[in-house]
Amino acid sequence: MKKLLATFLLGFIGFYLYTAFAGVPFGESKMKVGKDYLETTVPKTGAVNTVTSIVVNYRGFDTLGEVTVLFLAATGLGAILFGMKGKPEDKHREPSSILTTGAKALFPIIVLLGAYIFIHGHLTPGGGFQGGTIIATGVLMLILGIKKFHANHALLSIMESLAGITFVVAGILGLAFGKTFLENILPLGTPGQVFSAGVIPIIYVAVGFKVGAELAGVLDTMMSTTRGEE
Amino acid sequence: MIYYIVSIIVMLIGLYAVLMKKNLIKIVVGLSLIDSGTHLLLVAIGFIKGGTAPIYSEPGLTADAMVDPVPQALVLTAIVIGVAVTAVALAMVIRIYAQHKTLDIRKIRSLKW
Repeated sequence: MKKLLATFLLGFIGFYLYTAFAGVPFGESKMKVGKDYLETTVPKTGAVNTVTSIVVNYRGFDTLGEVTVLFLAATGLGAILFGMKGKPEDKHREPSSILTTGAKALFPIIVLLGAYIFIHGHLTPGGGFQGGTIIATGVLMLILGIKKFHANHALLSIMESLAGITFVVAGILGLAFGKTFLENILPLGTPGQVFSAGVIPIIYVAVGFKVGAELAGVLDTMMSTTRGEE
Repeated sequence: MIYYIVSIIVMLIGLYAVLMKKNLIKIVVGLSLIDSGTHLLLVAIGFIKGGTAPIYSEPGLTADAMVDPVPQALVLTAIVIGVAVTAVALAMVIRIYAQHKTLDIRKIRSLKW
């Protein structure tokens, strides 16, 4: 009975979603504001990656809000799991020495890849969020590969706070020396160079550090809660 | 058009998991699937036939040859929010499991009213 009701509901929702989107032509240009972004990104922001210039420059304030949401989620997760300990009788297989050695050897390379991705966020696909996530996966590998590994939470929160402060200070400098919050006040440079696009690389590197530190903290909190360690 | 249909189907599979599954982890997976379906749908709407990535990576590329960058920027935001939602939901699942020693929502009495 319940299954029938659920199927009926899903069919209803699916049918109306389909009829709503059947009128939207696929593969044709529907751009209005997107056209303007595409045409003005190189002359106005100096970034060749239009998605980055939208996320960090045109809609930079939204990204500040998004980073705040991520911070709140990490803090909320810590608050929910605060004081929890796993049971010591929960048995876990210990990592083999191949896994331990491999994790230690690969970790610097993964961090390098993540740093490359967020430093070149305005030139190539990728950016602060993606690079930060890659760094967090490196930390996850260390957690899985090394027995009793713990991320240094004090260091992580310092990194996170400094990155957040950098973002806000970049915005306030735009207000102080320009007209609006997060205005691009630095020289734009030659499009396509690493040192170009004004404040965009600075903000995206800060976002990369912040996301990496937050996700690493989230992973470490969850793993230490479920592994029965302090 | 097939892209719209597939992403709507992914969303519906996620909704089915949320409605019908009894295991809390599977419900969180369902929420995550709804997220993924929405992302696919948004990116598919922004696609333009023959368009390339909205990056001026080589000289001679013009704005006419590129897909819409706005849905991509939107999905970039949405993915991060989805990760945050999944992490908080899983933390709640860990708490509930510690309290009730089960993940089966039929056996968790305090969820009922």
